[in-house]
Amino acid sequence: MIHDQARYTHDETKREPLLSEKDQTTVEIDDDDDGPLPADLTRDSVTLPSLSEPEIARHYTRLSQMNWSIESGPYPLGSCTMKYNPKFTEDVAADPNAAIHPDRAAETVQGNLELRYRLQEYLGTIGGMDAVTLQPPAGAAGEFTGILIAKAYHEHHGNDRSEVIIPASAHGTNFATASMAGYDVVELPPGDDGRVDLEALEAAVSEDTAALMLTNPNTIGLFERDIVEIAEMVHDAGGLLYYDGANLNALLGRARPGDMGFDIMHYNVHKTFATPHGGGGPGAGPVGVVSELESYLPTPQVKQTDSGTYEEFEPERSIGKVHGFTGNWLVLIKTYAYIARLGDEGLLDASAKAVLNANYLASQLDLEIPYGPFHHEFAATSGDRDAADVAKRMLDFGVHPPTTKWPEMVPEAMLTEPTEIETKRSLDSLAEAFNRAYADTDEAIESAPSRTAATRIDQASAARNPRLSWHALEPDE
Amino acid sequence: MTAHIPDGSPFAPHTTADTKSMLEALEVDTEADLFDIPADVAFDGELGIDAQSERAVRTELAEMFSQNDSLTEFMGRGHYSTYVPSIVDHLADRAEFITSYTQYQPEITQGFLQALFEYQSMLVELTGLPVANCSMYDAATALAEATLLAGRVRSTTGDTVLVPETLRAGKRAVLENYVDGSGMQIETYGMDDGNADLDSLRAIAGEETAAVYAENPTVRGTIEESLSAIADVAHDNEGLFVLGTDLLALSLLSEPASVGADVVVGEADVLGLPTSNGMGLGIFATKETFLRQVPGRLVGASEDADDRRAYTLTLQTREQHIRKERATSNICTNQAWVALRAAIHAAWLGPEGLVSLAEDSVRNAQSLAAEIDEITGYKAPVHDRHHFREFVVHTEQPAAAIAGELASEGFAVHVVGEHELQVCITDVNESAADELVAAFEEVAA
Repeated sequence: MIHDQARYTHDETKREPLLSEKDQTTVEIDDDDDGPLPADLTRDSVTLPSLSEPEIARHYTRLSQMNWSIESGPYPLGSCTMKYNPKFTEDVAADPNAAIHPDRAAETVQGNLELRYRLQEYLGTIGGMDAVTLQPPAGAAGEFTGILIAKAYHEHHGNDRSEVIIPASAHGTNFATASMAGYDVVELPPGDDGRVDLEALEAAVSEDTAALMLTNPNTIGLFERDIVEIAEMVHDAGGLLYYDGANLNALLGRARPGDMGFDIMHYNVHKTFATPHGGGGPGAGPVGVVSELESYLPTPQVKQTDSGTYEEFEPERSIGKVHGFTGNWLVLIKTYAYIARLGDEGLLDASAKAVLNANYLASQLDLEIPYGPFHHEFAATSGDRDAADVAKRMLDFGVHPPTTKWPEMVPEAMLTEPTEIETKRSLDSLAEAFNRAYADTDEAIESAPSRTAATRIDQASAARNPRLSWHALEPDE
Repeated sequence: MTAHIPDGSPFAPHTTADTKSMLEALEVDTEADLFDIPADVAFDGELGIDAQSERAVRTELAEMFSQNDSLTEFMGRGHYSTYVPSIVDHLADRAEFITSYTQYQPEITQGFLQALFEYQSMLVELTGLPVANCSMYDAATALAEATLLAGRVRSTTGDTVLVPETLRAGKRAVLENYVDGSGMQIETYGMDDGNADLDSLRAIAGEETAAVYAENPTVRGTIEESLSAIADVAHDNEGLFVLGTDLLALSLLSEPASVGADVVVGEADVLGLPTSNGMGLGIFATKETFLRQVPGRLVGASEDADDRRAYTLTLQTREQHIRKERATSNICTNQAWVALRAAIHAAWLGPEGLVSLAEDSVRNAQSLAAEIDEITGYKAPVHDRHHFREFVVHTEQPAAAIAGELASEGFAVHVVGEHELQVCITDVNESAADELVAAFEEVAA
């Protein structure tokens, strides 16, 4: 049983009471002579949970026991690259000497600047890019940074371009990013082989094209074989080529976006470089560019001086900033530590085993996989079974299911990315979970899961009647 | 161990025998045969990164970080350090939390969802607003998102956000980038002795005003005294009042809802996160009216098939993975783990602890300013206002020179003008306050 701990409760209505249901206190703000401020500048009172440390420890420990994680078991969410997060990187990031205020004078923080400089260099080498900013705090923020750089580049050259081309199968963030940057989105339908259709691209590219945003391997794991022609087509029209780094794990040490003709790319370090996903962040989304775009990078960048010291500088035509300071520092330390630990051999082995694992797992499945050859991930289809239901049933077999119903070019898609960290034995049990769930009765998959902390959750009720805080719950709810 | 490939990834667990049998099952000789990368774009060079042992990497980084000067920081201006109790690290670092991801399968991620629901609830209590998301990257991007929200709800007429002239440059730069694609404009109002100059604000407000942004406390540490009047300026022009603050200030200062705030943004990372070179956690709270315009993740309560309370991400049709280019924001991965940390810290402090820390922030700033003010060559605080945690010091000598000399005495402060330093005191550095005062004296002499 995977979540038996959740059953240790005598409460029929909930698994673990909210902090506020355990104990709550109201503190009146002292506005007489004892308080430091006059009453018109303070609130009247504050009502919040008031618990002892042992109670808090038990509360969060119990919550953690009702939470699936990479260390709980397989977590093959396609496009998310759920790798094991090496423990030592946490200790490295906790170094008190690295805990520095971002406004400190550069000459007093040479160690932090050195790390930033060296990580810029590492990432540039891995991606085949000439310069890298570490500032974007997530992948989507990296996309936004990259598209702003493209925009600034076109504006500098007097080109008023209005469109960004994005394949229909791209991550939702690509579309939202282009829109936030003020561009119209031109959606590119997929070709019959699941890759970019060159004719459709030809028709889409024009003098209005600011950039093409592309993931490679794409979101069903296929390498865009025509990448050189694609790059030429976009460049000939004066556009730039943007690489979404979500799937970089497939290519580590084997192919580099810079060598394929990409001008701008982001790295998802919480995917490719194993920094923890943290239940939904923090990640980091560094952005690499070719030399022609280097002067547009956000400020500040770090450089090494002739004397070997490090300093910050503002690139000549910098787009400015995308984060209030310099990004998710703790995540960047972990990224550096991971890359330094693996080195060339480790990075090359990571992509080898990620692709081996995906292909081996796929070979053990009874589900059809319409497109290939795929790399680190594949999109199986559950055919006439509802992919979301099959996924819920998989929960009962002690694994996290894949990403479901996306990308839409595969009907009832189950986008699966086991990563390099699974053993053959673990892949075999994952395959068994897939096959058993897929073969199960309609009744079984529609009523699943039953062995998890919560049984099937009513999404419609949550959206129809939003209860977003404990204040919004009825007393007996 | 002999079964593991010695020169591969230490985190790929394959035995040689397993690799062999998997390759056989796929009918290929090596992993390289599985790749479909055309030769003209394949990379066959070396990256030139030497693999190192765990111990070697730790040593390398420890040596690197030891190159930082060990200074006692009295710094703030948007990045604050509050003492983070050990329990925060120990609970948040539990693998079940830190190695999980976005709760796409709520049935097996109830724990994190409940923790985020509790975080949202704390923000609802502190802001008085009924909707809080479960995180933005930082205060700067939260302000930018609030401005875009204001632009969307005022899309017919209002396209301008009014911000204080003292807005920190980093925040301003982020805001400029976010509004750039929306066609919105930024205008600046003046300040009067540290706080908003209402005349200046009224002079630039008008029917094109989509939002008025003010901070409490301000970036120079003063406590704003005209919040309701600022809200009136926004509302009289049918714009939104966006208030920037932080979790600790919220525990003591006027409740945002009671002074007319429509959106609250700011730094939640004052709790849960030690000094982290600017890494943050952005607050985003607003009114029910704007629920469907909120950016980012929202956790809601629901029921499971057994009719027990359960939590789930909700109202996802606002988000990029569903709505694509019509989403409220492109944000996906956010700062969930930092929100968990802030919630644990807030729970550990409890309301008594929060209010007491906040009151200390006022008292300590006041007394430290008074002590510095007594030294010839300085005037502190520059503004005749109540202060929260930080204040500005006028220096007779050039401020940069004073800061340099303070650094050689072991202290780091902000230089904010030719003759202005800024000093921030919290429970982390208060025990060194007397030494800082002595250093100020030494430097003045």
